[in-house]
Amino acid sequence: MPMTLIYFLRDALREATSGGRKYHLWMGALTLVMLTGAYAYSIQFREGLGVTGMTDHVSWGLYISNFTFLVGVAAAAVMLVMPAYILHDVDFKRAVMLGEGVAVSAVVMCLCFVMADMGGPHRGWHLIPVIGYFNWPQSMLTWDVIVLNGYLALNLLIPFYILFSHYRNRDPNPTLYVPFVILSVFWAVSIHLVTAFLYAGLVARPFWNSALMGPRFLASAFAAGPALILLALAVIRSQTSFAIEDTTIRKLSLVITVAAQINLIMLGCEVFKEFYWPSEHSASAVYLFFGHHGHHALNPWIWTSIAMNVVATGIMTVHSARRCHHLLYPACVLLFTAIWIEKGMGLIVPGFIPSPLGELVEYMPTWIEVAVTLGIWATGLFVFTVLVRVALPIELGRLRAPGTNR
Amino acid sequence: MSGGAKAWFQSWLRKWNGPAGGCGAGLLSKSIGRRDALKMLGGGAAASGAVVNAFAPVNLLSGSSEEREKAVIDWKEFFKTNYRLMNDRERADTIERLERKYKLERNLDVKISTAGPLPNVLYGYAFNLSKCKGYRECIRACIQENNQDRASNMQYIRIFEKPMGSMSVESGDARYYHEVPAEGHFYMGTQCFQCDNPPCVRVCPTGATWKEQDGIVVIDYDWCIGCRYCQAACPYWARRFNWKEPTVPNEEVNPNQHYLGNRLRKKGVMEKCTYCIQRTRQGRLPACAEACPTGARTFGNLLDPGSEIRYILAHKKVFRLKEDLNTEPKFWYYMD
Repeated sequence: MPMTLIYFLRDALREATSGGRKYHLWMGALTLVMLTGAYAYSIQFREGLGVTGMTDHVSWGLYISNFTFLVGVAAAAVMLVMPAYILHDVDFKRAVMLGEGVAVSAVVMCLCFVMADMGGPHRGWHLIPVIGYFNWPQSMLTWDVIVLNGYLALNLLIPFYILFSHYRNRDPNPTLYVPFVILSVFWAVSIHLVTAFLYAGLVARPFWNSALMGPRFLASAFAAGPALILLALAVIRSQTSFAIEDTTIRKLSLVITVAAQINLIMLGCEVFKEFYWPSEHSASAVYLFFGHHGHHALNPWIWTSIAMNVVATGIMTVHSARRCHHLLYPACVLLFTAIWIEKGMGLIVPGFIPSPLGELVEYMPTWIEVAVTLGIWATGLFVFTVLVRVALPIELGRLRAPGTNR
Repeated sequence: MSGGAKAWFQSWLRKWNGPAGGCGAGLLSKSIGRRDALKMLGGGAAASGAVVNAFAPVNLLSGSSEEREKAVIDWKEFFKTNYRLMNDRERADTIERLERKYKLERNLDVKISTAGPLPNVLYGYAFNLSKCKGYRECIRACIQENNQDRASNMQYIRIFEKPMGSMSVESGDARYYHEVPAEGHFYMGTQCFQCDNPPCVRVCPTGATWKEQDGIVVIDYDWCIGCRYCQAACPYWARRFNWKEPTVPNEEVNPNQHYLGNRLRKKGVMEKCTYCIQRTRQGRLPACAEACPTGARTFGNLLDPGSEIRYILAHKKVFRLKEDLNTEPKFWYYMD
């Protein structure tokens, strides 16, 4: 068994580093973007966070926006996990491993974004329990540390156990892993709720201090996450011999559609609450949608997001349109982008504008922030590609431990 | 290395290699209600000490003696624990290191105090809206007293110019550049209100900020990881972040400092008004109250029935900002 593990790691490394011209070009391009991000981060680390567009007024920006969005993407793996492992939906079973790959990559990106946003990342050990001071349960951020790292562990261990079993040509033992799968389903919901509570618990920010925050996070995540997984499946279907059935795509697109519809209803609820009787607490919403005292920086973002959201949800709501892949895939891209904007420029940034003392300072990310952000996204794609690259040959039965029957 | 410095360094090293002091008696000036965490931290501190000891010789092998001394100080500083969890000796050690560090790095002589809260003292502040004329002398005094970053023009206090007839936060303008007092306007100062129920303290993931016995909300600048969650949580926009390395010219540095107050900060950490903890714990007024030319600012002990602040609370119609949030600020506004 220890020898098999070494063989596994060796074979995994070989699979991840060998491939055709296209594959190397893809990985090379990602590496280039990652290196650019690393360079930008080195400047930020040396000079301080002053090289970003953030200020004492808008003290969280692009990094925390992406973090928030990606927690949702990570949580969305559950939309594949639950039907596949618990309801034994065979259509989803082939796709679930990829969903978990998306979850792992997304959590890795989340952790990177949090690190990038910290003023003293080298002092990060201060919040490690036992050697540091872990302000739990008071601080929601400590809850987030627990749930995100736990979720990462679950999504690494479950697929690893299954893949390793297949590698050894054995059937994984359900009594060993199904309890963890059930746990991971609840855990997925918790990571996004806890992240929502991180903001919803702040009385200083009326724009976030809303009970709808948690549910809306779940709805938008269960639209954006599966949309990304669906696009990944589409790419894998066209680029590899791994068969993804049409029914899988169809079921997944139905999940996305329902979540996107609920998300739009919740948007309507929020808009109604803020604008039926706009109080001083609605200032952020007024600024976001229409501008406030001559400041309009976020208006194009939110209206673009809403337009994309409505068009994508519209396409997916019509059965015939959703079944046509030429419409479905662009709709998924639109939806994913719309929700990315919604969670960042449409939620995190306007929460700071105006300030609790009514001062209005706008925010625009700098090239360093953009480069670091792109670098972290490239890291996520890199991790995902490697995971898929190793998982696929095992699932296809092509890669097996030496000495086992094929 | 001069003889004196060398002797100091050797005595310091001896202390360093001496028996590892756990977190024993006299550990806390106040209960933090987390005995378990405390015990664990005792173990953690000892472990980190071992790591430093393992690495210090590497740093001692290269560079000039001063560089070596600085390297050792930096290592020890990096692995020190949260101020609240330090015992008296650990506190004395870090003060000694910090004072030495400024001497070595900037040729600066500073005195850092660790004075604890005075018994039977709870600080409170009152602001007379009828008297403030918007001169902002308080801001100037605050910057000088608290060694705030000159490059970014960091200010803890904001004076809002508001048109008569509205108390809404939105009506204020803190960026006025004209002769004051302006016709038809009044002036309202804000700073950290040292809430009795501070949201910033609850959200801090590392316990780097807390409320002291005398009611002052403080930050351990060396324990803060710079996540800025407290900045998002403060309903009064009282917290500031060091977006770059803060700069104060040597000749402008106030050398009378407190560990939890105006000692020099570094990039990537939070800071805020502490009611001038370095002054008030010596029985002096905060710099802003002392500098105010109009008598708009009253500072005092809420537990002393004879204090001026108690007189104001008893005889004036006072209010606090956003009382509906249950933050219980210890900063009251009133009018004559």
